Amino acid sequence: MAEVLRPEKLEMSNDTSSLASPELLHVLAVDDSMVDRKFIERLLRVSSCKVTVVDSATRALQYLGLDGENSSVGFEDLKINLIMTDYSMPGMTGYELLKKIKESSAFREIPVVIMSSENILPRIDRCLEEGAEDFLLKPVKLADVKRLRDSLMKAEDVAFENLMYKRELEANDVYSQLKRAKI
Amino acid sequence: MNAGIAQLQMQFRDYTISLYQQGFLDDQFTELKKLQDDGSPDFVAEVLLLFFEDCVKLIGNMARALDKSTGTVDFSQVGASVHQLKGSSSSVGAKRVKGLCVTFKEYCEAQNYEGCVRCLQQVDIEYKTLKTKLQDMFNLEKQIVQAGGVVPQVDID
Repeated sequence: MAEVLRPEKLEMSNDTSSLASPELLHVLAVDDSMVDRKFIERLLRVSSCKVTVVDSATRALQYLGLDGENSSVGFEDLKINLIMTDYSMPGMTGYELLKKIKESSAFREIPVVIMSSENILPRIDRCLEEGAEDFLLKPVKLADVKRLRDSLMKAEDVAFENLMYKRELEANDVYSQLKRAKI
Repeated sequence: MNAGIAQLQMQFRDYTISLYQQGFLDDQFTELKKLQDDGSPDFVAEVLLLFFEDCVKLIGNMARALDKSTGTVDFSQVGASVHQLKGSSSSVGAKRVKGLCVTFKEYCEAQNYEGCVRCLQQVDIEYKTLKTKLQDMFNLEKQIVQAGGVVPQVDID
């Protein structure tokens, strides 16, 4: 091509992926236990994730701007790739948080992982039925996070490849149109 | 090689292994160590500090909930604190404390007052014992580093 077609002219978005940055998964971790918060935060940092930790489901909803109040964080700036929440928490449980997230049009696509110290089958089933990505038994291990991260990154890669392919098709389409119009 | 450092390292290795063998620690403690590096050299100590603070707070809650002088004992309240302690002890690899919490929880569910009081006393002793043991372990690490040595990786099989 003799001319470079600028993206703005073609009305294409500059957002190449939904990742917070090309390499980092941004995880929102929710747990009422201080020990577990410290642990999960470190676990995720070591696994090359950006981490935001909150101590309750209510605070998680506030952070996401889903609590009905005006939040300081705009949706455009907030790129969460994964939510990991404890199941048993005072006030709102992780299960209730999961439901609220899946009810929200803005956040329902974000994978939610439930963590619990109790291996209760009906509980696990209920969470998975409600749309949880995974259910991890506490204490969580490095290997669990790695496995999670790998499967999410793979899903992102597939989504990214699909997006790039779609772009290519669009660009070829526009190019042919311009050629026909003899621009 | 400095004989002093080698000796300290051996002491450290033996002591650490003994803590696992005697059931004070389990493989979750090993997981904690995996998360420590030069960038976060005090991570394990920091988490354990939070854990011991948790112990003090939760055991206090349990004692208050088991206090008959304030009225009837609310076993579900005791159980809630036991559940939390079980969780955090599990997260740091405090095996004996966790085991006691399992028993304690059963007594709560059975509303067995004497059993609960016994468990309360035992869990108090147990976390304090662990605290002392870990302080000794951290001291050995410190001595190795101060002598110019490197803290060895201890493989538990």
